[in-house]
Amino acid sequence: MSAQSVLFDAPGPKARRRHAILAVVGAVLAVVALYVVVRKMQTANQLQGYMWEPFLTDRSVWRDYLLKGLWGTIKAALISIVFAAVFGLVFGVGRLSTIRPVRWVCSVVVEFFRAVPVLIMMIFAFGVYTRNGVFANDLNPLAAVVTALTLYNGAVIAELVRSGVHSLPKGQGEAGLAVGLTTGQVLRSIQLPQALTAMLPALIGQFVTILKDSALGTAITYTELLTWSKTLGSAFTNTVPAYIVAAILFITMNYLLSRLAVTVEKRLNRRGKTAGGAVAAAPLPGGAPADATPA
Amino acid sequence: MGEILSNYDVLAAFWGTIKLSLLGTFGALVLGTIVAVLRLSPVRVFQWIGSWYVNTFRNTPLTLLMVFSILGLTFILGLQLNTQDLNSNAFRWAAVMLAVYHGAFICEALRSGVNTVPAGQAEAARAIGLTFGQSMQHVLLPQAFRGSIAPIGSTIIALIKNSTVAAVIGGGEAANLMSTVIENEGSRFSVFLVFAIGFVILTLPLGLFFTSMSRRLAVKR
Amino acid sequence: MKVRQIGAVLAASVLTLGLAACGDSANDSDSGSGGDASGGTGKAVKIGIKFDQPGLGLKQGEDYTGLDVDVAKYVAKELGSGEGDITWVQAPSAQRETLISTGQVDMIFATYSITDKRKETVSFAGPYFIAGQDLLVRGDDSSITGPETLTGKKLCSVTGSTSAQKVKDKYPGVQLQEFGTYSECVAALVSKGVDALTTDNTILAGYASQEQYKGKLKVVGKTFSEERYGVGIKKGDTALCEKINTALTKMVDSGDWQKAVDANLGPAGFKVDTAVNPPKPDACS
Repeated sequence: MSAQSVLFDAPGPKARRRHAILAVVGAVLAVVALYVVVRKMQTANQLQGYMWEPFLTDRSVWRDYLLKGLWGTIKAALISIVFAAVFGLVFGVGRLSTIRPVRWVCSVVVEFFRAVPVLIMMIFAFGVYTRNGVFANDLNPLAAVVTALTLYNGAVIAELVRSGVHSLPKGQGEAGLAVGLTTGQVLRSIQLPQALTAMLPALIGQFVTILKDSALGTAITYTELLTWSKTLGSAFTNTVPAYIVAAILFITMNYLLSRLAVTVEKRLNRRGKTAGGAVAAAPLPGGAPADATPA
Repeated sequence: MGEILSNYDVLAAFWGTIKLSLLGTFGALVLGTIVAVLRLSPVRVFQWIGSWYVNTFRNTPLTLLMVFSILGLTFILGLQLNTQDLNSNAFRWAAVMLAVYHGAFICEALRSGVNTVPAGQAEAARAIGLTFGQSMQHVLLPQAFRGSIAPIGSTIIALIKNSTVAAVIGGGEAANLMSTVIENEGSRFSVFLVFAIGFVILTLPLGLFFTSMSRRLAVKR
Repeated sequence: MKVRQIGAVLAASVLTLGLAACGDSANDSDSGSGGDASGGTGKAVKIGIKFDQPGLGLKQGEDYTGLDVDVAKYVAKELGSGEGDITWVQAPSAQRETLISTGQVDMIFATYSITDKRKETVSFAGPYFIAGQDLLVRGDDSSITGPETLTGKKLCSVTGSTSAQKVKDKYPGVQLQEFGTYSECVAALVSKGVDALTTDNTILAGYASQEQYKGKLKVVGKTFSEERYGVGIKKGDTALCEKINTALTKMVDSGDWQKAVDANLGPAGFKVDTAVNPPKPDACS
């Protein structure tokens, strides 16, 4: 978002006209595409009243299926996000440690958990928990979902932290050391805040991934939005509409999460403007709309 | 474990995974770069298209995208990628959906890479008279690619593992075989071990490779 | 670790005792009045069913309907648990063995075919129904009359399922589209994306019986395999197995079995194969 304003001049009258024409063409194309989709759905018997009405008229659709699913998804995601952030921070910092064994152990852990598919970890964790009775029976699926999401996404976040710190100008750390801070202090008060700001877009992406990947819980009897919309589709014979509604719910949820994170990102940028150097946002000339493209 | 390896063609299934991943990665890199350029371009409409793309595809579960590609695109809209053979149609759609979905992540990785390029670089490029396209091509993207190697690596690794989701439309890869094995043999631990090890073999070297690349190619500042 | 293991053993033995005690009370009620437990004052029991199979096990709002559910309710009642005592647990195909062996459910009624392979990890009571693999087609489609007429047609089934494997091996001329669940196949069939759907005839009849699909879908009625639906229970629990078998026999003799089959699978004109149905339960082992 910061690069944008310095990449090109403000458009002149000619360019503006060209942009307007492109906008009209784009809008027309979108309307045509929408029309084709609706027509095709009609011929495929997917637009019948009984398939869509329940979402508006039947309270049971929301009470007994979709809201239960939403709650299942959100619960698993929230817990996993907190754990994954902690895991990522700890192991990311661990990989930057000056103590060699710590660095090694953290590297091995991170690389391993990045390598195994979430689904397979989930199934494995579920097997371990149920066989040893680690949690109450009804809690095992949730625990397995959270475990797998935490380990995988935590490892990815650790990578983000590390590469974020590495992408900082070297002078930042050196300056910190020069004024007498320890390496830990430099990391904590100079490098990490800037690295996290720089990596925030990718970090948000990871949180959204967690929210979405909770849908894999379907495979180990964890009941979340996708499971419930499947069940809903069977009960009301409207599988395609149920999936479309589920997709809309997922997109809305994740979009809201991204918006929230963008707000946070902006605030961080504003604060770090004077110290941020290469990483924080460049000053915006004349207060140009930096946020023409919300993430 | 040996019994599973001798009774089922695990290698062929993983070959399917590899093909799917290669196609998906190639597509995702191309799409992601295009969308990143769109999002950074001066044309408002392009920016909207770019952010619409990212918001839609980054936020939908891949499982749903896969199912839509067959139920919605192939059967309702009639977009067949192979009119002769349903299996290869499913496989190709799986590759396309992997590319579409991960393209959104590549775009975001590139954007965060662009964010690490000092503003002075872009200003200098413009000062010497480069157009938007030229400054992208010669100054910004090369540095952005190097700066975003780590997140791109994570995305590619995620793509390989996410190719398992293609099983929901019968994409003909490892997870597809795994569900067949579970159906016939029951869900035994050894079954998971075989497939987990397969994925570790595929992704672990790649993870190490990207880590060392990101360190070697990092732009010194 | 050690403490936990001892705990698990203790818990398991308490559970077995509890089940045995429950079995006794069911025995008593066999001779006397069987219906007094229907309110919800009996022993709590957890039963695994499908949540998304119309006609067999389907969650509709807060209720559960289907043949599996009706049989499960009857058996539970005979074992001393009323409807209010039952906790329904979703039991997807791939998770059935795990659910039983980890004690998350006591019994499973979920289109669970008795096979030798599965007997290695769980025990079965029953069977309570003999189903067979069949085809579901659109109501106006008369070109498909059996698996041999499928050449060049588009067939749908669930990823990795036995039905899909069988068709792939036996009829290579068929084009197979696989999905994660049958509901997706039905949606594809209705929107003319595929020409037929194959799996157990009970599942197919369940879909064809749904209000919205009446007249639009039909079961071909030519089975080409035999699936014996059993009640999945913990391996080696012969006492429970005997009790369930007694209850199943009673259900058939009293005519309640026929009523349940007619109500759940009948509406689409599905004919039960009376040569093998109702089945006699196998001996428990």
